[in-house]
Amino acid sequence: MKRCRKCGERAVIYMRQHRLALCKEHYLEWFVEQTARTIRKYRMFTKHDRVLVAVSGGKDSLALWDVLWRLGYQADGLYIGLGIDGGIAYSDRSREVVEAFAQERGLHLIVEDVPTLYGESIPEMARRTHRGRGKPCSVCGLVKRHIMNRVARDHGYTVLATGHNLDDEAAVLFANVMTWQVGYLARQDPVLPARDGLVKKVKPFFRFYERETAAYALLRGIAYIYDECPFAQGARSIYFKEVLNRLEEERPGTKLQFFLGFLKAKKQGAFAAIQEQAEGELHACEVCGQPTTAPGRCAFCRLVTPLTSPTPTPSP
Amino acid sequence: MKDKARGTATLILRDQTFTVPAGITVREAIRHVGLVPESVLPTRDGELIPEDERLQDGDVIRLVAVISGGWA
Repeated sequence: MKRCRKCGERAVIYMRQHRLALCKEHYLEWFVEQTARTIRKYRMFTKHDRVLVAVSGGKDSLALWDVLWRLGYQADGLYIGLGIDGGIAYSDRSREVVEAFAQERGLHLIVEDVPTLYGESIPEMARRTHRGRGKPCSVCGLVKRHIMNRVARDHGYTVLATGHNLDDEAAVLFANVMTWQVGYLARQDPVLPARDGLVKKVKPFFRFYERETAAYALLRGIAYIYDECPFAQGARSIYFKEVLNRLEEERPGTKLQFFLGFLKAKKQGAFAAIQEQAEGELHACEVCGQPTTAPGRCAFCRLVTPLTSPTPTPSP
Repeated sequence: MKDKARGTATLILRDQTFTVPAGITVREAIRHVGLVPESVLPTRDGELIPEDERLQDGDVIRLVAVISGGWA
């Protein structure tokens, strides 16, 4: 039986990549300390920043909001209603979970509902535009990125934080390596600085395995949406995560080494030439004012026909 | 002395149920049914339990799937 390294009590979790066993109390303490350390080490934000946390109702984003709240950061939440039903009222239930979480802790939550704002749900947008080959995930990503940046700018937040964990990052990296999407490789980073109207984006959980964020949520008693997004079934991301977990099973630490090795190579300039191209000039969208890579309308404005156009915001 | 039959335990993952022999560890049981321990968290009565715990006859272990995601 494994014992907690800190107190010798019976451990509830053993992290093989760190050879670290911890009891419930010390795991919850360790998790918060590690998050604080990551935020400091990668200069993500300070107590003076106003942080907007994108919360979906899943374990990672709610755990992140919980940890930032416990650490005393100025962290408000943003929930984006996607209008996904999938026979399980997925979006409605997610919203209820997020609202209950915020209310229990007295936290400020901003809700943006896509069908109300733009007259269509995410699956409807994907169907109308024939994007995504039956899966609305790419449309969903585009809409969420647009709304997150708009809300952060409109409300004066200096940092946008998401709950991406190491498994998320390793799976994206794996997929991009498998297809040699070098432009995406250059852009992938746990800290994307603010530039040309884009708010700074950070991922404070990027060093945690998904298993660890799930354990935190479970041990903290956080009620989260356990059901997967109905459109995530059969998604490539899940397949790649499973493949990486099989590698991890045989060689503990593989996922961590894979991603940290990538960041090290990137820091040493391995992708410098591509990075310059990837970070080309940005222009203000002629409709919404948000940054876009090509002059004219941004991809979001080409996608939606808003019922009411959100007010364009000037670049800071 | 040869091990006597020690009964069985049950693993539940979403809508799947697996019967495993008692006496093996939780980690061994997860592998026994073809799952990857890295992808699940074992719980009993809603509490996280260590993977090196030995299963008793009649144990019911709920596995919490930890993988989420969704770009197609």
